[in-house]
Amino acid sequence: MAGKKMKQEKAGSFRKRFVAGLKRQWVLHLMLLPMVVFLLVYSYYPMAGILIAFERYNPRLGFFRSPWIGLDNFRYVFKMPNTGQILYNTVFISFMKMLFGLVVPIVFAILLDLVKHSGYKRSIQTLIYIPYFLSWIVLSGILIDILSPSTGIVNQLLGFFGIDPIFFLGDEKMFPGVLIVSDVWKGFGYGTVVYLAAITSIDMELYDAAKIDGANRLKQVRYVTLPGIMPIIVLMATLSLGNILNAGFDQILNLYNPTVMKTGDIIDTFVYRIGLQNNQYGIASAMGLFKSVVSFAFISIGYTLAYKFADYRVF
Amino acid sequence: MKKKKEKQKNRGRHVRNGSLAFDVFNYVFLGLMAAVCLLPILNVLAISFSSSAKASAGLVGLVPLDFNLQSYKYALTKPQFLTSFLTSIKRVGLGLLINMTCTILTAYPLSKSSKELKGRNIYAWFMFVTMVFSGGLIPQFMVVKQTNIMNTIWALILPGAVPVFNVIILMNFFKQIPKEIQESAMMDGAGHLRILAQLYLPLSLPSLATITLFTVVGHWNEWFAGMIYMTDPANYPLQTYLQSIIVVRDTALLTTASKETLEMLSTISDRTLKSAQIFIAAAPILAVYPFVQKYFMKGLTVGSVKG
Repeated sequence: MAGKKMKQEKAGSFRKRFVAGLKRQWVLHLMLLPMVVFLLVYSYYPMAGILIAFERYNPRLGFFRSPWIGLDNFRYVFKMPNTGQILYNTVFISFMKMLFGLVVPIVFAILLDLVKHSGYKRSIQTLIYIPYFLSWIVLSGILIDILSPSTGIVNQLLGFFGIDPIFFLGDEKMFPGVLIVSDVWKGFGYGTVVYLAAITSIDMELYDAAKIDGANRLKQVRYVTLPGIMPIIVLMATLSLGNILNAGFDQILNLYNPTVMKTGDIIDTFVYRIGLQNNQYGIASAMGLFKSVVSFAFISIGYTLAYKFADYRVF
Repeated sequence: MKKKKEKQKNRGRHVRNGSLAFDVFNYVFLGLMAAVCLLPILNVLAISFSSSAKASAGLVGLVPLDFNLQSYKYALTKPQFLTSFLTSIKRVGLGLLINMTCTILTAYPLSKSSKELKGRNIYAWFMFVTMVFSGGLIPQFMVVKQTNIMNTIWALILPGAVPVFNVIILMNFFKQIPKEIQESAMMDGAGHLRILAQLYLPLSLPSLATITLFTVVGHWNEWFAGMIYMTDPANYPLQTYLQSIIVVRDTALLTTASKETLEMLSTISDRTLKSAQIFIAAAPILAVYPFVQKYFMKGLTVGSVKG
């Protein structure tokens, strides 16, 4: 009798707990509601807009009722004479940015770590980090001014050494270089902070041990510092793979001009020009979809490699 | 903890037995590189304070010549400039409010196990997919158009209302908070909302500060949405407005300007005026940067590099 009652009570309390649990969960689901709504409208619904790439899109008819033309837009895009050049520019510029964006901060962090004076170290770190927080509008304005062939300070310095003025932003051979260097200029402070944090967490005893074994500074960097930050390097490298088609829209749109179109035009600027300036939605969407799909593949590869080699999980 | 701190203090001891020549080289090299990063900014700053004659002759280095504030005066009295400045302030305030609300409300439930929240993994994937795949520029533009928010401040805020990357940073931070804290609070009858507001948020203030700062900088610096979603230039945020005058040449000005403005323009060269406007756009960030930079340093180690 007593046992039965207890069982009932247990069942009752289980039920109570279950209901209470549901009630608690209900709050959690409610909290997620804004995220679900916003992403549905502004991220998932645009995915349905991929249909534009297969249509002769008419804004009045919308994504679902515009006339279907199959792969015509894609055929048009890939038959255009400059598509190959645009793809090449995109991959070349973004790859060089990835490469230098990875190496420069590592070298800088290692050199900064060798600075004894902590005040000096911190000042340098703070100063090189500044361009990271300025917009490409501000930085482009600065670049356009200092690189001007007539009055810019860079060409004046070059003139001091007897070098003729160079029109950096109007020379198709120079332009990609300007993009890469200025991108490193903006971003390497951030990378340096990340790697320096990783170096600081290396156990000092490893350095002591290396010293006892007679390792000089170069060897300490080679056998202690570099292996110590290797996981972070691998992580940053693999995660940056997803950017292979992001050559820097913000930067290029503000710096390029017709004279450097040949080496400076990338997928994103093309999509913007054709799509939003010339209103050829179908063709621009086809190019955009191509980019999204290839990027997706590279991001997936990046995350998989990051998980395998750096044990990185997003959530 | 104490030991660790001591170790940090002694950091750099391993370099003490190195050669002096290298140290000198290293200090000078790093100093030069930092200078190279700043000189372009300082040069343009000096130009903005110089007279137009000296500026257009290309004589200004790092010190302003014939110091004057004409360009700043002219830039700041343009009505369009003030409207854009206010639009940007409004955008930062409203955007911050919505971004942070979404970030906190999403990060908290997702930091729970799938036992505590049924379907947790479905939500997480639902969110993650948007980080790796997007419809692209054109469809996004069309959706903003279809939802009737073109030419309003909402076009600058709603499409990016959920900053997925920040959600993940905060979620990982919440996960590190010991479970016992939540359990004992629940014993005392506290619900999720109270636990979030009174326990989780106070415990994650450094993380929240960093996310807040990055959000503010992001909204302040963003210009592209302003350019494509605002069909009326009167609604441009500051960076978009600057883009239209710094990068694109302002020829309309010369044809529509009144006699007084033309006279004023003759004393300010295009170059000094542009430089002044560049600095007004960067000023808010440069002004607060020295005071908040430690949060930018901290947040990175919390976010991008978790163990």
